[in-house]
Amino acid sequence: MYRYDEFDHAFVSGRVEQFRDQVTRRLSGELAEDAFKPLRLMNGVYLQLHAYMLRVAIPYGTLNARQMRMLAHIARKYDRGYGHFTTRQNIQYNWPKLSELPDALAELATVEMHALQTSGNCIRNVTADHFAGAAADEVADPRPYAEILRQWSSVHPEFSFLPRKFKIAVTGAERDRAAIQVHDIGLHLKKNEKGEIGFAVYVGGGQGRTPMIAKKIRDFLPEEDLLSYTTAIMRVYNLHGRRDNKYKARIKILVHETGAEELARQVEVEFADLRDSELKLPERDVAAISAYFAPPELAPRAEGWASLAQWKKADEDFARWVHQNVQPHKHPDYGMVTISLKPIGGIPGDATDAQMEAVADIAEEYAFDEIRVSHEQNLILPHVALADLEPIYRGLVAAGLATANAGLITDIIACPGLDYCALANARSIPVAQEISTRFGAPERQAEIGELKIKISGCINACGHHHVGHIGLLGVEKKGEELYQITLGGSGDENTSIGEIIGRGFEPEKVTDAIEVIVDTYLGLRLNPSEIFLDAYRRVGPQPFKDALYGDKTAEAA
Amino acid sequence: MADKVLTANRLSDGISVWLDAAGTWNESLQAAFVARHKEAVEALEATGKQAFADNKVVDVNVVDVEEIDGVLRPLRMRERIRALGPTIAYAAGYAGLTATAAPA
Repeated sequence: MYRYDEFDHAFVSGRVEQFRDQVTRRLSGELAEDAFKPLRLMNGVYLQLHAYMLRVAIPYGTLNARQMRMLAHIARKYDRGYGHFTTRQNIQYNWPKLSELPDALAELATVEMHALQTSGNCIRNVTADHFAGAAADEVADPRPYAEILRQWSSVHPEFSFLPRKFKIAVTGAERDRAAIQVHDIGLHLKKNEKGEIGFAVYVGGGQGRTPMIAKKIRDFLPEEDLLSYTTAIMRVYNLHGRRDNKYKARIKILVHETGAEELARQVEVEFADLRDSELKLPERDVAAISAYFAPPELAPRAEGWASLAQWKKADEDFARWVHQNVQPHKHPDYGMVTISLKPIGGIPGDATDAQMEAVADIAEEYAFDEIRVSHEQNLILPHVALADLEPIYRGLVAAGLATANAGLITDIIACPGLDYCALANARSIPVAQEISTRFGAPERQAEIGELKIKISGCINACGHHHVGHIGLLGVEKKGEELYQITLGGSGDENTSIGEIIGRGFEPEKVTDAIEVIVDTYLGLRLNPSEIFLDAYRRVGPQPFKDALYGDKTAEAA
Repeated sequence: MADKVLTANRLSDGISVWLDAAGTWNESLQAAFVARHKEAVEALEATGKQAFADNKVVDVNVVDVEEIDGVLRPLRMRERIRALGPTIAYAAGYAGLTATAAPA
């Protein structure tokens, strides 16, 4: 993985000391809140309902055991012993004291971590496929490009005060696991007919109050033009983005109002000026960055196949976990392990300090010291020999991290919601917990198959409800919580925005409504391999409306 | 007019606090001074403005409450959760709420 050079170390340490000074002046009253707020946001510090919140960046979701141990240490020393992994592949702490935050950031800097650009109207943490560098279906590892974008965008003077926040995601496989079409810029790494590396470029996707699927404005952008073309997009956005209205300020609105074709034309005009500038990526720089992401030496471990068969035969729970949470690796003797942070009835994405340390220990001993955070709020061990799966599983069981539900109905994405978030209108986590408990039996989950439920506690859609196969949006109606259900959303290579199915449901009725939807699906699917999303796309919303609301016309909440 | 209390988050640690009758910021809603008429609400607003200007607290708001059997209950769920703390247990393994999330 990428290691800081002298510049990075000096830069991050400098920013910590700068923030320490700002916090000192704030606490002494020298700095007023209005002046301080944008400064703390630039350092990832929010004020939530109960306390401050610190959002720490995990660039493209990649970290090592030492860094994970530091995250555990921060949870223990500066928070209440746990953290929340987010849909942006970051981690959030819910209870830090402002007065202690500079110390926390200084400790993070010792392991090459920071909280810069995790808030504010700038280019945020660049996200990537959590299976990057390991997936069998990958054309190339997207992380070197995500790292190049990170370096380029860090305190970029031209792009530090954009009309609104800006999110870039990169995938290196046809199967999109980074949800690139709901990002401001989505980059799909691919090869052309000559075998050269480049990108399909998508612009103007996003969720929030106005969900939009990104438009492809370039089929193939050569690798060397990554920064010049991205700069061209940013310049068009910076110039024409709607600064007059916060709710219309994202690039998706600009793309929508301008039209993708015209926007692409404007980008090409800027690009023509930039493509031969200093932004052209030298091959040696790409090679140097790529070298940081070289895969580990994976020795043949063919003995794992026989062991695995035996272990699976001897232990049904282990077999279920392998089936659900281990994906094929590039190397046939290896697998990619999803560590579920979705215990049945638990809080999606939360992990205690002890759990983080357990993951760090396992990663160090068995998984080449590599850990990923997925946008689905799970942790990943990307390189694991099949021969080591059993001891890894035992370690995860001991840490309460062996739930065999990756991709199933209880693998729910949920934002913090009204339990923590100052923007939320309704709670998300208790809804997720109740659904998880209702459907938690392994046999039932297996029968239902792949089904992605995503829950947001407000229209900002941090819980990605628009792209949930079943999406839940919490709203406040007459002072009470109400949950609007959308069906048919998806955040993969066939991205779709879910459709509102009808009037909303009170908290105590949501889980029943989900059960009605699930039972309806089970009754109409062609066969067990037709997953919920495919069935919904085949039959449309009507059977689900009929089942939920009878023959009365459903009214949107 | 609904009864009102003054709430904010303490500057140094961000913890939710309510203004009590002694004019101090208390971590329990139940200790809050309740304004029941216009003049009292105006006094609360002025106090909040001053405390913000004095850099004691941030995110200062006057919120509606009702009193049932001597227990104060905010009308909005958001404020009820601010007063009681998260409605969920913490991550598995966490020991429990600390004193900072005192019962409302």
